[in-house]
Parts: sequence; C-alpha cells; structure tokens
Amino acid sequence: PAGSARPIPGGPRCLPLPHLADNRLKTTKYTLLSFLPKNLFEQFHRLANVYFVFIALLNFVPALNAFQPGLALAPVLFILAVTACKDLWEDYSRHRSDHEINHLGCLVFSREEEQYVKRFWKEIRVGDFVRLRCNETVPADILLLSSSDPDGLCHIETASLDGETNLKRRQVVRGFSELVSEFNPLTFTSIIECEKPNNNLTRFRGCIIHDNGKKAGLYKENLLLRGCTLRNTDAVVGIVIYAGHETKALLNNSGPRYKRSQLERQMNCDVLWCVLLLICMSLFSAIGKSLWRAVRSGSSSLSAIRVVSSAYLRLLIFLPVLIPISLYVSIEIVKVCQVYFINQDIQLYDEETDSQVQCRALNITEDLGQIQYIFSDKTGTLTENKMVFRRCTVSGIEYSHDANAQRLARYQEADSDEEEVVPTGGSLPRAAQQSQSSRVHRRTGGRAEARRISTLTEHTAFSSPMEKDVTPDPKLLEKVRECGRCLASARHQEHPLDHLSPELSDIFDFFIALTICNTVVVTSPDQPRQKVRVRFELKSPVKTIEDFLRRFTPSRLTLGGSSIGSASVAAKSAPKASLLSTLANDGTQLRLEERLGTGAPHLASNGYSSAADNWTAKRSTTGPEPRLELRYEAESPDEAALVHAARAYSCALVGRLHDQVSVELPHLGRLTFELLHTLGFDSIRKRMSVVIRHPLTDEINVYTKGADSAVMDLLLPCSTDDARGRHQMKIRSKTQNYLNLYAVEGLRTLCIAKRVLSKEEYACWLQSHLEAESALDNREELLFQSAIHLETNLHLLGATGIEDRLQDGVPETIAKLRHAGLQIWVLTGDKQETAVNIAHACKLLDHDEEVITLNAESQEACEALLDQCLRYMQSRSPQRTAGSLSVGFTRLCPHSEAIASGPSLVIDGRSLAYALQKNLEDKFLFLAKQCRSVLCCRSTPLQKSMVVKLVRSKLKAMTLAIGDGANDVSMIQVADVGVGISGQEGMQAVMASDFAVPKFRYLERLLIVHGHWCYSRLANMVLYFFYKNTMFVGLLFWFQFYCGFSASTMIDQWYLIFFNLLFSSLPQLVTGVLDKDVPADVLLAEPQLYQSGQNMEEYRPRTFWLNMADAAFQSLVCFFIPYLAYYDSDTDIFTWGTPVTAIALFTFLLHLGIETKTWTWLNWTACGFSVILFFTVALIYNASCATCYPPSNPYWTMQTLMGDPVFYSICLLAPVAALMPRLFFKALQGTLFPTPLQLGRQLAKRSPRKFRAPRETSAQGHILGEARTEPPGQRSISAAQFVSPDCSSRVSQGTRQPACSPEAGGEPSAVDVGMPRREGTLPVGLSSQPLRSSSPGSVAVEGCPGGSRMKPVSASQPAPLPSVFGVPGLSSLNWMSSLSLVGGLGSVLQFSRSGLPMDKRDGDFLPGSAPPDRDLCGLSGQTTDCF
Amino acid sequence: MAMNYNAKDEVDGGPPCPPGGTAKTRRPDNTAFKQQRLPAWQPILTAGTVLPTFFIIGLIFIPIGIGIFVTSNNIREIEGNVFMYYGLSNFYQNHRRYVKSRDDGQLNGDPTALLNPSKECEPYGRNEDKPIAPCGAIANSMFNDTLELFQVGNASDLMPVPLKKKGIAWWTDKNVKFRNPPGTDPLEERFKGTTKPVNWVKPVYMLDSDEDNNGFINEDFIVWMRTAALPTFRKLYRLIERKNDLHPTLPAGRYYLNITYNYPVHSFDGRKRMILSTISWMGGKNPFLGIAYITIGSISFLLGVVLLVINHKYRNSSNTADITI
Repeated sequence: PAGSARPIPGGPRCLPLPHLADNRLKTTKYTLLSFLPKNLFEQFHRLANVYFVFIALLNFVPALNAFQPGLALAPVLFILAVTACKDLWEDYSRHRSDHEINHLGCLVFSREEEQYVKRFWKEIRVGDFVRLRCNETVPADILLLSSSDPDGLCHIETASLDGETNLKRRQVVRGFSELVSEFNPLTFTSIIECEKPNNNLTRFRGCIIHDNGKKAGLYKENLLLRGCTLRNTDAVVGIVIYAGHETKALLNNSGPRYKRSQLERQMNCDVLWCVLLLICMSLFSAIGKSLWRAVRSGSSSLSAIRVVSSAYLRLLIFLPVLIPISLYVSIEIVKVCQVYFINQDIQLYDEETDSQVQCRALNITEDLGQIQYIFSDKTGTLTENKMVFRRCTVSGIEYSHDANAQRLARYQEADSDEEEVVPTGGSLPRAAQQSQSSRVHRRTGGRAEARRISTLTEHTAFSSPMEKDVTPDPKLLEKVRECGRCLASARHQEHPLDHLSPELSDIFDFFIALTICNTVVVTSPDQPRQKVRVRFELKSPVKTIEDFLRRFTPSRLTLGGSSIGSASVAAKSAPKASLLSTLANDGTQLRLEERLGTGAPHLASNGYSSAADNWTAKRSTTGPEPRLELRYEAESPDEAALVHAARAYSCALVGRLHDQVSVELPHLGRLTFELLHTLGFDSIRKRMSVVIRHPLTDEINVYTKGADSAVMDLLLPCSTDDARGRHQMKIRSKTQNYLNLYAVEGLRTLCIAKRVLSKEEYACWLQSHLEAESALDNREELLFQSAIHLETNLHLLGATGIEDRLQDGVPETIAKLRHAGLQIWVLTGDKQETAVNIAHACKLLDHDEEVITLNAESQEACEALLDQCLRYMQSRSPQRTAGSLSVGFTRLCPHSEAIASGPSLVIDGRSLAYALQKNLEDKFLFLAKQCRSVLCCRSTPLQKSMVVKLVRSKLKAMTLAIGDGANDVSMIQVADVGVGISGQEGMQAVMASDFAVPKFRYLERLLIVHGHWCYSRLANMVLYFFYKNTMFVGLLFWFQFYCGFSASTMIDQWYLIFFNLLFSSLPQLVTGVLDKDVPADVLLAEPQLYQSGQNMEEYRPRTFWLNMADAAFQSLVCFFIPYLAYYDSDTDIFTWGTPVTAIALFTFLLHLGIETKTWTWLNWTACGFSVILFFTVALIYNASCATCYPPSNPYWTMQTLMGDPVFYSICLLAPVAALMPRLFFKALQGTLFPTPLQLGRQLAKRSPRKFRAPRETSAQGHILGEARTEPPGQRSISAAQFVSPDCSSRVSQGTRQPACSPEAGGEPSAVDVGMPRREGTLPVGLSSQPLRSSSPGSVAVEGCPGGSRMKPVSASQPAPLPSVFGVPGLSSLNWMSSLSLVGGLGSVLQFSRSGLPMDKRDGDFLPGSAPPDRDLCGLSGQTTDCF
Repeated sequence: MAMNYNAKDEVDGGPPCPPGGTAKTRRPDNTAFKQQRLPAWQPILTAGTVLPTFFIIGLIFIPIGIGIFVTSNNIREIEGNVFMYYGLSNFYQNHRRYVKSRDDGQLNGDPTALLNPSKECEPYGRNEDKPIAPCGAIANSMFNDTLELFQVGNASDLMPVPLKKKGIAWWTDKNVKFRNPPGTDPLEERFKGTTKPVNWVKPVYMLDSDEDNNGFINEDFIVWMRTAALPTFRKLYRLIERKNDLHPTLPAGRYYLNITYNYPVHSFDGRKRMILSTISWMGGKNPFLGIAYITIGSISFLLGVVLLVINHKYRNSSNTADITI
C-alpha cells in the first residue's frame, strides 16, 4: 500500500499541505464567468444544435439573405436559452446546497490558539485535527486518533452513505488507544502514509510512522468517512486524511447518468433520413431553378452552376423546418412530465417504507416499455430480505415450530386482509379515509402503517414485529426451561454443564450460540444509540500475549501487577508447560474466588455476577418489562432473526460491549460472557465465530455459525467405534437430512457448531492470531488463515432454517411480466437448492415443467452439456415454433401455451463461468433464449453483469436489471435499464440505478403501465413531429413549382419560424404527456399488450414512412385546395399564404385529434389555445405596424381575410379533405385488423365497470379470483376478458399429473411428473446410468440402478475428473439427473466436489440403501407426522 | 392475530406525529390530475364509430357546395358593380427576389427612405446616382397598359363606359400603408431629388392628375404593389359602377376595348387578359370551391356507406374477436 502512498506529516510543525484538496465542496459546473461559454460548449455537443446554428448563420451570408438574420437565429437562441436556464437553475440549486454544507461548523484544532476552535467545513485542510461530538456529522475522511470511549472505540452510522442504519464500530489507531491522558495534537509527530484517494468504501490501507520509526498499520476500522454520523460516543479526535472531493463519499457520488433510449436512437436515424430528404428536395429545387432560368432567359451553364449552388443553400435555410428544431426540446419536456407522473403514481407508493418510485435517469422512460429481458437478483429483490426464524434442529431433533409457521401464515393473511380493507384505487374512499382521524387510519392501515412507524421512529434495522415475535416450539421451550432449571440448581457445583444430558447441553449451547455468535448491538429506546452499559470492570479484548497471561493467571488477583513480568518470563521460557499449569490453577482459583466473592460482585470480574440474581428477582416482579426496552441492531437480517428467535426462548441478548456479552437466561438470570475474539463473517469462509469464556464452566468456547457446506466439513471426525461417536454420526446425518429438507422448503440454512478449546490450544492459537493482527503486510490473509485454524474439529449443535419471505405479490408479478412477454432470469449468489425453491415459490419454475440443470466441472464438460441440451431442444422444437414466433392477439392462447412448455434452465456459477467463455457463449445464449426462464445460482457480481452484457450485445435485446444490494451494482449499470430496490441492504444499488422502486411488485406497474404509456406516448409524439414538419415543408416545397424554384415562401417568415414553436406545440405536448392509449386497468389485466412496445409496433420504419407519405398527401391537399380556390384571382402572395398557414394549423390539430386516444379538458384547452393564439397573434401582428416586417408587410391581412367567406370555406374544406383518408383507413383498420391495443381499448370502453374491481386488487394479484366471482350478468364479458388466464390454467391442468400435487413434497413430485415426459425424448436420468458405468472414467463412481446413491469409492482416490467429463454420456446424466433436486443433488455434487464430504452426505448419512428421493419422501412424511 | 396486533399497536406504538397533524410522508397526492385519472373522452376509431362523421361531413358539405356553386355561377349576370381586371399569366410576381424588391418605408412616405431606398431594392434602388422613387423591381415592372371600354352605340358611335379609378385598392393600403412624402408643397416638390423607375415613362407624381390618386397613393400603383401569389393572376383595374337599379350596369350590346399597349409580355412568354366580372359574397367567379365541396361531400358520403357496409358485415366477427382476447 505504501507504494502509491501519499504521506501526510501530522503535527503542529507542519502547515496544511497546499497541494491537497481542501474540504470545500463544489459540485457546481459553472462559475458566473464560465457559464456562458461552458454551457454553450456543452449544448453544442448535441449535433442538432450545431446544425441549427449553422443554418441560422447561413442567413448572414449576404448572397443568400433569406430571412432577416436576427429572426432566423431566434428559435435556435430560444432553444439554447431554455436549456441554459434549466442548467443555470440546476447549478444554482447545487450551489446553494454546497454553500449550506460548506458552512457547517466543526471544531478544528488551531495551532495558534492551541485549542479547538469552531471553523467551517470548507476551511478544513488535510492534516487538521478535528474534534467531533456525539451526533455530529463527519466533515471529511478522518483517521480516528482518540475517542472518549475508554476502549478507543466509537460508533458511526453510515445511513447517508449507504443507507444502512445499523451502527458500525470504528477503532482508534493502534498505539493511540493506550494513551491515558487526553490526546494532545501538539504532541503528534507521526507521519501517516495512505493510499491515493479512491472510491472504495470498504477498503483503506496505510500506515502511520511514529517518531521512533515504528510503523503501525491503518485499516478501514480506523477511518471515519465523510457523511457518517458519530453515535454513541461523546467525542472523538481525528486527523483529516482526505478532504473535499477526495473523500470516499464524494468520489462515489457520480451524479445522475445520461443514457440514450432506444427510441431516441431510432429517432435520430429518422432525423438523418429527414436530412437526406431535405437535401434531395433542395437539390431538386436547385436544379429546377436552373432549368427555369434556362428556359426563361437562356443563361449560360456556368452561371447556372452558381445559381444552383446558391439556391441550394438558400433552400437549406428555408426547409429545415423539416427537421424539427423543437423536437428535442419537446421530447425533453415530455420526458420530464412523464417522470413527474411516474413519481406521483400513488399505486407505486409504498406505505411501509414511505417511499415511492424514483426516476433517477430522466431520459429513458420509454425504454421501460420495450424491455425484453429482466435480470433479477433474488435476495431482497424477490424476497423481502426480512429473515424470519422458521424452524430449527438441535442435536438431531427437529423442532418444526408449527405455531410459528401458523403465525407467519397469519401475517400473510393479515397482509392481504388489510390490503383489501384499504382501497388503493378509488379516489373517493381514500379521500374520505384521509380526512378521518389518524387513529382510524392506523387501524385500517394495519401492519403496513405499524411497520412504517417502527421504521420511522425506532430506526431499528431489520426488525418488524413479524420478525421479532417468534412463537417458540413448546417442546423445545420446555427443554430450554428444564435446562435452565438444571443449570440454576447446579450452578454452584464444579462442572455445571456435566449435569445436563448431552442433548440438553447441546440445546443450551445452541441458544447461547444463537445469542452471542453475531455482531448485534443492543440499544435502548430511551436513549437511542446509547450503549446499555453496565460495566463490571474495564477490560479490552485480548490484545497481547501479556494481556492474555495477565488475565488468565491467578496472580492478578493475588499478587497484583508486579507478577506480570515474571509470569511472562515464565511463559517465554517454557510456554507450554507453564501455561498449562497456570491455566489449570486459574480455573479453580477463579471458581474458588467466585464462591467466596458472592458478596463482592465487583471483584468477580469474569462476567458472572451475583447481581444477576437480584436482577432476576426484580425481573420476576416487574414482569417482561425490561425485554421491551431492548433493540437489536444487526448488520445482517439473518443475525437479527436468530437473536430474536433466541429471545423468544427467553435467552435474550441484553448487552454487548466489544469485550463482553450479557445474556439473560431463564432461571439463571444474567450471564456475562467474556468475549475474547470475534472472527467476522466473510464470503469465502461463509461462517463467523466468536471466542468466549464461558462464565459457568470457565472454559474457552468457540461458537461458529455458518453455511452448512462450510460448517459440516469442519466437524470433528468421530469414530464409529464407541457409542457416543455413533450417536454423533447419527445426529449429523439427521441434521444433514433436515438441512436438505429446509433447503427444499426454500429456507436459508445455518449450522451452529461449537468447539471447546483447552487453554493451551487457545494460547497457541492466540499467539499466531496476535501475530496476524499486528502484521503490516497481508494482514487479511493471515487473519483468514488464523480463523481457519481455529474453526476446526467442531461439535455440531444444530441448524436453523430461516425463512426469507417472498415479497408481496412476487409470483403474481412474475406471472404478469411473463405474460407480457418478458423473459425473466434470476441471477443469485445463493446456492442452487435455495434458488430453485424460491423460483418455484415465485412461480418462476412450474412443478410440471422440465428443468435443465447445467452443472459442469470443466470447459469440455460444459460444452458437451450445452451440445446435448441444444440437441434436445431441437428434438422438441417442432412443437414450439408454431406458436411462439407469431404473436397475434387472437392467438394468445397457443402462444402462452408455447411459453409454458419451454423448459427452464438452471445453471450454477462455475458452469456459468465456462458457458460465458468466448467459444461457448453463443451456444449458451441459444439455449437460454429458448428457455422459459433461466436461473443462475452462485453467480458473482461480475458474472451477473457479464450475463446481462452478453444478452444485451448478442441478442440485441432490451435488458432490465433489478437488484437491491451492492453485488447487483455492476449488473444494474450494464443493463439498458437498471432498477434498484430501496430495501434493506443500503442504497448502493439505488445509487447506481436508473429507477428505484420500493418493492419488486411495483415493477409490474412501472413496466406494464408506465413503460407502455411512456413508450406509446413518445413514439406517437415523435411520429407526429415528423409528420407535422414534413407536411409543413411539403407546403413550401409545392409552392416552389409556382415561384420559379426561387425559394420564395408564401407563408410569412414570422409564422414560419414560430409556427412550430408557438402555435402548434402545446397540443402535442399535452397529448405526449397525458395520452393513454389503453387504460391502466386493461394494461394490467391484459399484460400481453406490453408486447407492442417490445416489438416496436408503434414506431417502426414502416410506420415512419407511411406517416411521411400521409404527410406528403396532406400537404398536397392543403396546398392545392387554396391554390385552386385562389387560382387566377387578385389575391397577393401573403394574403394567400395566411389561409394556407391556418389550414395547416387546423389540419395539424385535427390530425392530432385522430391520434389522441383520450381527450381530457386539457387537450381541448390546448387545442383551443393554439387556435386562439394563432389568430390573436396574427391579428395583433397584422395591425401592429404598417411598414415593418418586410418583405411580407402583412398589414391588415388577417383582418381582411376574416371578412372573406372563401377563407372560411377553404379552412373547412382543406383539413377535412386532407384527413379523410387517414380517418377512413384508421376506421377500416380498427374494424378489420384491430391491433391488440385497439381491442384492449374497446374492451375498456365496453365494460368500464368491469375494470374497477381488478384495479383495486390488482396489486395483490387477485384478478383471477375476481374474474371467477363476477356477477352472472356480466358473464360474457368476463369470459372475453379473462380467457387468457383461464386458458393458461387449463393448459397447465392438462399437463399436470393428477396424482401429485405440487404442495405435497415439492421435489419428489416434480421428479415423478417430469420423468415420463422426458424419457420419450432422450435417454435421461436413471436410464442413462448404464452408459455411465461403461464409460472409461467410471472408476470414480459406481451407480446402483435403484437410485443415485453413490458409494464413496472415490474417497480414497480423487479420480481424474476432467477425463470423466470428456464423455458426453456421463454429462447427460449429470444434467438430467439433477432434474430431481435432491436426488440429483447427489449425483451433481458428486462431480463437483469429488471428495469425502459429499460422499458422506449421500452415503454415510443415509443408513440403509433407500434411494435419496424415496428417503426424502419418507422423511417429509415423517416430518408431517411430527407437525 | 392481525387484530391483536393492531390493538397492541394502538396502545404502545404511538403515532409519529400528533393526530391530524401534517404527517410528512412522501405519499403522492391522490388527485385526478396527478394520478392521470382526469375524466376523458376516449373515442375509438372503428367503422361503427366513425361512419356518422362521414355522413355528417357529407350532409354538410354537399349543400354548402351546391350553394357556393350556384352563387359562383350566378355571377354570369352582369349586374351590380362590374369589376374590370387585367390578367397576366406566367408572370412570377412571387419570385423571391421580386417580392423583396421594395421599400415599404419609402412607400409610406418616409422622407429619409425616399432618398435612401433600402438595399433590397437593388438593382432598382438608384439610377444615375439618384434614388428611384418608388424603388425596387415591383414598382419598376408596373403594368402600364391603358384599357378603355366603349359601348358601341346604334350608330357605331363609341360611348365611353365610365371607369372608376378609385376604390380598387384596400382601404388600409390607400390610407395607411401608402403615403406620399409629407409636406404641403406640390407633389413634384416633395419628390424632388428622386428619379423615376427605369421602365417608367413618367415619374410617380405624374401618374394621375387627381391629387388624391397621385404619387404613391395612386391606386393602380397600390394594386400592382400587392404582389400576386401565383404566376397566373388578375388585378383589379377599374370599377364600373351601377347607375340605377333598372338598367344593368353593362347592358347587352357591342363593346369596344381600346388598349394602349405599353407592357411587353413576350419576353417571358406571358399573356395578357382583360376580365369583366361582378362579384358575389363569395368573391369572383370560381367554380372550384363549389365543385370541391360537392366532391368531398360525396366522397365522404360514399365512404360512410362503405363503412356502414363493413360495420354491418363485420360487427359480429369483431365481437367474436373480442372474445378471443
């Protein structure tokens, strides 16, 4: 780290470093001086602006002088000015907020005054010493040097940084924490070296070099980041490391993103077409002019060229109205309004979290209507990421927690009940409700409201009542009580735990582990963020070996401090022996001392205090009141769930300091465990551990909690000889079975294990651990190794199953989205079984559909598997191609059937890595494209983004990625549309996203309703723009034939320039913002309407050119009707041009009227306004000046025209004649070949009442139910409406085998159903096993035909697996056999693990020779018996 | 459980704000506008809904067309005031450079513009270092044939038909836009220092003997200055006022038209015409509008019938299409 370091010499001698950034925040782009040039420069990045300015400047060429030069610049300047004003305003508001932040105050050490003085934030420099008090916000990145906390700790809240509300602990730099007196900046003389400023919030490295040349490392734990809030600590002092824009918080803040939507890209392409058209028209006119001149005056060819070129340029000036200058501005306005309406949608507002949809990217709203692929994260996106303790197994015995399950079910009911009570759609009930008192409101608001209150007022992370109130299993509760009773009676005996049966002892340890093996911080609501601090004695974690000796030798009590030296000498000379002896002494000595010292609890230092007895007594009288006071703040929801679960068994965590954990137990009262070490969770170990000293036995215990795969392999190998060992074996195999069962149920599993360390072992480990901790280089690596050393030979206590509930409405939303033609891929880091089960739960996978599972161990195997799958897909393709390619509205039934029949693909992370290789990605993609849904498990963030990138680039599809965590950020950034869920895991995903939604289910409305609307509105508006300008230019162009191609215009130049800008702009804006082609209810009820956006039906090249042709026709009509009407009359050019303009305006408005689907009063007003504005402006303009405005000089023209009946008659005739064909063909098409959208509109029109009911309940996905409960009077309509859901359900019923219900046991049934179907198409599953045994590599495994049980032959010889995988037959087994999850798990994992543990799982843990799936059947039966 | 929960919540979970107070939530307002629920008329374009429109258009347009057509054709009778036009064809008064070639300030009597014509007038701005009044190509090319109409009497004697020179230009043009240079001097004095347009035979202040129709406010000149929209045009030349109600303005008989030919049109392949016409409320005789209205009305009616047939034929099938959604 020191390589790229920048030294920060601290201390009083050193002046602030000038070359480093100060703390002034400046997010503004411009200064007063630089605004104009810089803003213009930025605006000219848009090519269109350059083009328009170029055209306008052409006017200044004297030879061409077409318009008044100033007038020609006007529109361009107007557009530029509007944009500049917008930018200016934004910049000003940024400036104001900067100013506010810059002038926050904080205490900075002044070298002159030698004390802390108040300074503004902006005055802070790198190297300054800053003193912060509680609840102050950290002004810069500060290295923590001193804390008022005696342990040199402080707590910070990082909510503003990453949205996480739990407290995080920071430590004073090593070497400063030991200072006794208050830190004095004047004495600080060290040099700090740290890495260059970067945006990695989770990493910081550096070192501090003291005067004496000693180095100490600096880590993330020493750094307070700007924007965090100091909590729980009275005051801290630190030195500023990074200031201002070099702070990590600001480096992470990249501001909003600018993307270009697909529609805009297409539009730009059409703009180019228009340019081409324009050039052609100009060229044509120029040639025409030269011909005209040649005919008339026979001028020479040389001058003809000159004439051509000048005429050409002149026409380029006149005709650019063809390229709508206001198009870009209008589109931007419309998008801003669309964003506003999306934000304002009350049905996208989440009451629980008091948040609504945020549109962070302003310019891709219409992309929402064209999405083809959705890539979703699982945890926190599909699920709530609110972990609820569901069931557990201890010591091989399952506690199913039926009451708990029922409670959870009731919550679910309560959820839907409450949502039925609260009408979300109708305006009247809601308004009435709001006017009532808050009390009533809260009653009806129910759980959602309460949850909001809890999140708003308590700031408690991850704890809703649902998670807190765990209903204990009565049997287990009884055992816990018994355990407590036993311990209470045996407390004063030598080995209290020995009085317990092994089972009870396990239960006791299990709950202790649940309670303390975590990093949950306890706070009290009375003083939020204050530690519940009842310190017995000042202590800190074991930091040094001397410390260890001091604490673990009796000398401390008997001899005092002087003996430490000798003890350490002894330890050094003969460490093992002396330690052993002293430790042995220590134990008895302490216990003795405890017994003696019951009257003097302050001396009984090791945590167990008799005060607890008093406390329990008090507690029994005051009842459960103290329990309510505690709040748990956890870093992960799993931890909180477990602690709450333990508390339900009256094993409550009541206090946690960095060195001790207090637990309140039944009958025993409060026990305080001395916390020696916490080995935090990391994703490689997938477990965490705490090392504690047990207050009852005084043993050193390691409690480990982690993923089953991580913990099961670390268990103490037990011999099969003695009874105890066999018992242990049995427990493990049972636990493993239950774990599998939990996984099948979709629960998150955690194993809890324990290890008892002898003092000697501990001492050994401690030494290496301390070395690792103090290491300067690769400290992480060493700590990792150290943790691995400790976490071995564990004793399994039990396992827990935590439910991560699906978010409300996820299955319905997925069904809807899929119905809408969206392909949904789930990319998750979770393991395969959990992911598959969640996928089943949210209806991503159907129980009766085929699942292709790809688990490959090598590149070759992966390729072989892919080939196999592709061949298989081809074999079944004939039945597919019919329906899925043509997406007709009337054929939706066969279509949905085709979708339903596609298989699903499940692929794990490793195989994904192979499949994403260059040579395989095409195959993979081809396969995945044909699959109904794709599930990628165990995928890394990078893989997620690679998958998205692959689909986006290769399939040219519109992609949407949705996720909630930091691991989804890369995927969100890569996708066309990134959606963040502002959920439990902080704000990082939201920060990276284009849209942020509170819940997954809001995606449905966001895409299907708003996406569709935005797309359709914008597409229609863009088309209309092109039409309008083409038609207008057409009028001018036809006139060229009658003015000798002289680039003369009959329309007054003022009209010409402001026509687009003023007269005809408002109605199209209103329509572009407000038009609803299909009502929201119909869109939601008929999600397949979304496909119009996916297929770009509204705006495709064909529609564009048809549109242009219609524009040409209309301009012909609008030109020649006035032409003929005024043929051979005495009208003058501008008196003739004004009616033409008026006709054009009326035609535009009528055309817009035909295109507008919903007419609100705003549309009427806008149209009326346009007409009135035109005539008013014309009348004023024509009366204002008798001699101005050459050359048209339209004085009194309009007034004269208004007295002319011909004017009115052509204003009536021409628009009607021009629009008649369009109207006719629209009507014809609407009747003969109606598009799905038109049908949907008709549907809404015919049965407006029908859709009110689904609207209210649509969020809950009750539409199907609603349809069934229709009153009989509307039967025919309901049949019409809900054919598709009915149809799909009929289809699924047809294929589902009646014998098995999907609920019965999850997996086994899927196997039963899947098999007969598959056997016809491929030699798969079990039938392929003979093939495998004949393959050359089959020494590794030996299949028995009855099932996929594997004998652990390979245990002794790790077979050359890659060679095995070269055989395609084998791999076919591999992917096919995993169709059944648990049965397949064995065989799949067999290859992927190739070692002992897996074999154990399948072979040893299953006594008897029953095949696993049958065993599981029996097992589930057994568990249901238990229920 | 849910009720339990609520009750409990009622007791201990105090509301975050006093009841009735402004709970600061981000909940969007539930107004019809913000929720895009404004009452709206939602027309659907199908044969059934659109066909009334076509019939209505037909029903309105055909009578209008007939009315206009009849009015236009009735113009044949030379009754009331008769308008005498001259017509030119293939004369591109709407050519860009021609249209611009004038100085409205000068024509408005602005003394400075009079002596310093706008450069738009070039190359007809100055002649021999003298400003041209009126400047510009339009003025320069003013129609200067004289037309005289005589009625041939019984004895072949020619009775001149009185042609009124005034009242042929727009009132605003004559009184607002066009003004002679200010002053009380004779017109010639006021135009001192200017020269006549190149093609003119006499200066602008000698256009007419009538002081009120001379100089820039000469109505022939004003009419000419209103540049025609299309290459084939007519311009009002004289008025023949009706004398009394009993006699037609121009009784049937032989007439003699005397043309003093000054204005060449051969160079641009043009043609000259003289038109006598009365005007109705619809203006001059032009059968086009009437025919167009009748045609459009008929087509509209026809299309309406087509839609009716289609609607009748496909109504059932479109209903079934609905059902198969």
